Amino acid sequence: MEKFIQHTGVAAPLLRINVDTDAIIPSREMKRVSKQGLGEGLFAGWRYGSQGSRDPNPDFVLNKPDYAGASIILSGDNFGCGSSREHAVWALKEYGIRAIIAPSFGAIFANNCIRNGLLPIILPDEIVKSLAAEVEKDPQTNKVHIDLEKKQVIAPGGAVYAFDIEDGPRDMLLQGLDVIGLTLRHKAEIDAFQAKDRAARPWIYLEG
Amino acid sequence: MAQTLFQKLWDTHLVTTLEDGADLIYIDRVFLHERTGSIALKSLEAEGRAIRNPELVFCTMDHIVDTFPGRTDETLMPSGKEFIQSTRASAHEAGITLFDLGDSRQGIVHVVSPEQGIALPGATIVCPDSHTCTQGALGALAWGIGSTEAEHAMVTGTLRVNRPKTMRVVFNGALAPGVTAKDMILHLIGKHTAAGASGYAVEFAGEAVRALAQEARFTLCNMAVEFSAFLGLVAVDEKTLDYVKGRPFAPKGMHWDEAVAVWRTLQSDEGALFDKEIVIECADIKPTITWGTSPQHAVAIDGVVPDPASAKDENQRTAMERALAYMDLKPGQALTDLKVDAAFIGSCTNSRLSDLRQAAALLKGRHVADGVKAICVPGSTQVKLAAEAEGLDKVFREAGFEWRESGCSMCFFAGGEHMGFRSRVISTTNRNFESRQGPETRTHLASPLVVVASAIAGKIADPRDLM
Ligand code: SF4
Repeated sequence: MEKFIQHTGVAAPLLRINVDTDAIIPSREMKRVSKQGLGEGLFAGWRYGSQGSRDPNPDFVLNKPDYAGASIILSGDNFGCGSSREHAVWALKEYGIRAIIAPSFGAIFANNCIRNGLLPIILPDEIVKSLAAEVEKDPQTNKVHIDLEKKQVIAPGGAVYAFDIEDGPRDMLLQGLDVIGLTLRHKAEIDAFQAKDRAARPWIYLEG
Repeated sequence: MAQTLFQKLWDTHLVTTLEDGADLIYIDRVFLHERTGSIALKSLEAEGRAIRNPELVFCTMDHIVDTFPGRTDETLMPSGKEFIQSTRASAHEAGITLFDLGDSRQGIVHVVSPEQGIALPGATIVCPDSHTCTQGALGALAWGIGSTEAEHAMVTGTLRVNRPKTMRVVFNGALAPGVTAKDMILHLIGKHTAAGASGYAVEFAGEAVRALAQEARFTLCNMAVEFSAFLGLVAVDEKTLDYVKGRPFAPKGMHWDEAVAVWRTLQSDEGALFDKEIVIECADIKPTITWGTSPQHAVAIDGVVPDPASAKDENQRTAMERALAYMDLKPGQALTDLKVDAAFIGSCTNSRLSDLRQAAALLKGRHVADGVKAICVPGSTQVKLAAEAEGLDKVFREAGFEWRESGCSMCFFAGGEHMGFRSRVISTTNRNFESRQGPETRTHLASPLVVVASAIAGKIADPRDLM
């Protein structure tokens, strides 16, 4: 998995609450049994003209030349709520997004981000809005810097905002760990648990 | 010390606490579907990883399959066939149990899992699908995950999870006639917002929940995720046990007795402490319906479209304004003045036999209004067969509803069938997001009773006027 240690990039404000995963990647854009080929469908309902067309909607933030190459999204409460589709994260990554800064996230979505090297950063609404205000003045110059080791977001003007993230997810991102491999180090404990559990709850174990 | 039900279930499944503070939780069952499960299985194959206990992994075809009679692997959704066939091939390869097209056990994952006795009281069950919380109504820990986490669960038999906080939502008193579990949950989310339970495992409790039939409890827990809960739970009682008994994958004989002895202890102890508690008086709940594009945009059916000026902050106000524009509504408009183009009964929220019985009882001898496209999609093939055995299909058909094969159908739009561009749909589903049900479709979420009353009137209507 791709590591996340530090990142500096153009930040695009999408200051809406409850941006759901259907909006991030509409179901109709999930065309193949694949984690690839989703970047084009990112925010399709908002990013393109009418249904099905690929004419860019000039009003949508990611289509504005000022935000070309955006790699950070600034958004409102409950970003990534709704469907569990991991395609939302795969689409964001393929588009080039590395981090999302919002006051809160849908729980499944936040987990999916961590598993794919995308950093969900929780900061209060006022701070997200003030970051957006700074960025908007000159998006290509006023970049946002993120330091996961120090757990800080540094605004274009130099203001430093500390954010919280649990140690587990942070380590996974910093080291780009394969979580399955990591958990399999506990295989002996899992085997012992299962043996004991099989005796206590035999009805759980169906015949193989 | 007095324990919550959540704590009991969590402790039973705790393998160990990891260095980083997350708990390693033992997973009893994994359920997949062709939409998101296909990719998890394919990815395991590509990495050459084996499933730890294939006999504890199940898969169904529900999301992409068509619901027309005589359906095949071909779908209206472009490239749907690839998902179906890829899932079938991977499921066979992996040696997991598949409820394929044509199998009488096929249906919507969250309907099928309890129906087949796969979800059990006291079990942990996960699925790469956010409405997995539905199954918590059996007193199980059931939650939605991503595809990568599904791979983790299948390979390791566990998941790394940070223990959520606990919340109890107490529904006091009794529901009035015409008010259902769907109205309870819409009312709750309308009052306490779509982010109201973020970070919490929610137990639904109180007299009104005890009084609900088991199938209605599934409806209640189904929308826990729309409340942003980690999962939803209902304590086990005799209704739960009656529901589970005799189901194909449920324990039998001696194992049944052993299981029941444990399951009878699956309630929160007297005096157990929750991190948060919300109390709802059922006397305040009327048939409830959404007007906007978030489940929290819910109001009583005799209410009006709210004014964004009444929003409690700027973020909510902008969201409401956006929703009004999308839904083509004005503040102060009566909901019951809105004409509907289509009516949909289906989805893992409200497509069980009891839902169809309620709907049919109201529909009997009446007819859908001219110009309204009305569709009923049973939640599983078993539900469909049971409904047909009672003649419910005839009631629906005679009243002008289409009667379909089971699947998710128009609960979500995958590029296939839909009710029409910008159509206004009264729907028993759980999400009213922009374009969720079809291109710019305007969805109003409601109970099956409201959907039937509205289909008959050709506009949003209060079922109590027909009862
Ligand atoms: S019926 Fe709808 S909500 Fe339920 S699993 Fe299918 S698509 Fe998801």
